[in-house]
Amino acid sequence: MSESTARQFIPVNLVTGFLGSGKTTLLQRLLPDPALADAAVLINELGEVGLDHHLMGRIDDTMILLPSGCLCCTIRGELSSSIKELYSRRERGLVPAFRRLIVESTGLADPFPILSTVQADPVLRHHFRLGNVITTVDAVNGLKRPESLKQVAVADRLVLTKTDLQADCSALVGELRRINPDAPLWRAAEQTIDAATLFDDEPRSPLRALPATVDAPHGSIRSFALAFEGSLDWTMFGVWLTMLLHRHGQSVLRVKGILNVAGTPTPVAIHGVQHLVHPPVHMAAWPDADHRSRLVFVVDGLEQSAIERSLAAFLRPAARMRTAVA
Amino acid sequence: MCALCGVLGEAGHWTDAPARPGVFTRNVDSLQRRRERIHRAACAQTVLGFYGLTLSDWQGTSYVLSTATGKTEIVDNPTHLWAAAEKLIGRPCDPLDPALVRRLEAGHE
Repeated sequence: MSESTARQFIPVNLVTGFLGSGKTTLLQRLLPDPALADAAVLINELGEVGLDHHLMGRIDDTMILLPSGCLCCTIRGELSSSIKELYSRRERGLVPAFRRLIVESTGLADPFPILSTVQADPVLRHHFRLGNVITTVDAVNGLKRPESLKQVAVADRLVLTKTDLQADCSALVGELRRINPDAPLWRAAEQTIDAATLFDDEPRSPLRALPATVDAPHGSIRSFALAFEGSLDWTMFGVWLTMLLHRHGQSVLRVKGILNVAGTPTPVAIHGVQHLVHPPVHMAAWPDADHRSRLVFVVDGLEQSAIERSLAAFLRPAARMRTAVA
Repeated sequence: MCALCGVLGEAGHWTDAPARPGVFTRNVDSLQRRRERIHRAACAQTVLGFYGLTLSDWQGTSYVLSTATGKTEIVDNPTHLWAAAEKLIGRPCDPLDPALVRRLEAGHE
């Protein structure tokens, strides 16, 4: 996506993480950063009385509180309405022309419906685009709940919080890397967190350094990488992935990769979260000398061998079709 | 129809993204769009044949999905294809199904 096009769409960043993992503290720390001076914030709190927004130190017209329930399941319509209302006020000049929207979800929220709302809503998708998903992980309590595993799996950025209270985080970092091998990770207590980097305006960061194989289960959640020699048929790949996500979307927590597409000299980056796949990004160049198609899956309960064999089988007929046409 | 909420409306599909700078799509001009639709129907057919279904492009706007006995569904875009196929045959269409994979590996499309 070019810079000019990126400007036309307001990025929506989701800040997620389990209850008490420091989402609000992180935002409180980052919001004074000039990089977020033109950001609107939408906070979702579970419970009748919202408190988090009082901790933000900034209550203004571009800060909205959704207090009536968990964002993922009960008030998705309210999320959509709130964003539309905020955009309407922006267009009428009633609030500053914010250029970024940050949504802080409740700790129990499944990130997928929130992302899907932004991408699928007929109005929102013409004005907003998905930005990075930032997930906070509590270094003391780790990944004890299924909700937090999913939040980590879909993250583009990971922030390890309370690292000052937990000296040795190596085991937890290992767990995070098994679920999400490529998201940049910050240690909140020791490292300076640059808001501009965390909320990077680039669309979907393409894979730069995928591990050859990642295969270590965390419960039923596992991540693995596939690599394919030669170019592949884009259309057949689309048929396969659409079918896979239709049947197993709930179990494909994340799929991300760069593809060597037949007839296209530069790679195509894809990025999906459960049933949702972002518009594919046509990269300007290969990131390195390795021109194989590479895919990383984070799945819950699916077998790597079954996915790999299925994709290879689907691509065979298309390869034959291409040969016949050539 | 939205897979999440059931609300009617065109959802669009990632393989058919509107042409924008930086986005990979073959939805660029009428010729490419038409060619891609025909190729997509041919690719999907290699799988749908396993279920006894046929898919054809209809007027460059929709797809027609039919059973051997003539039951037919109109499919707007790839998003709806597999839900329509499952409705017609009454069972799941699973790309990981070993029987389907073996058939594709054997070259019986």
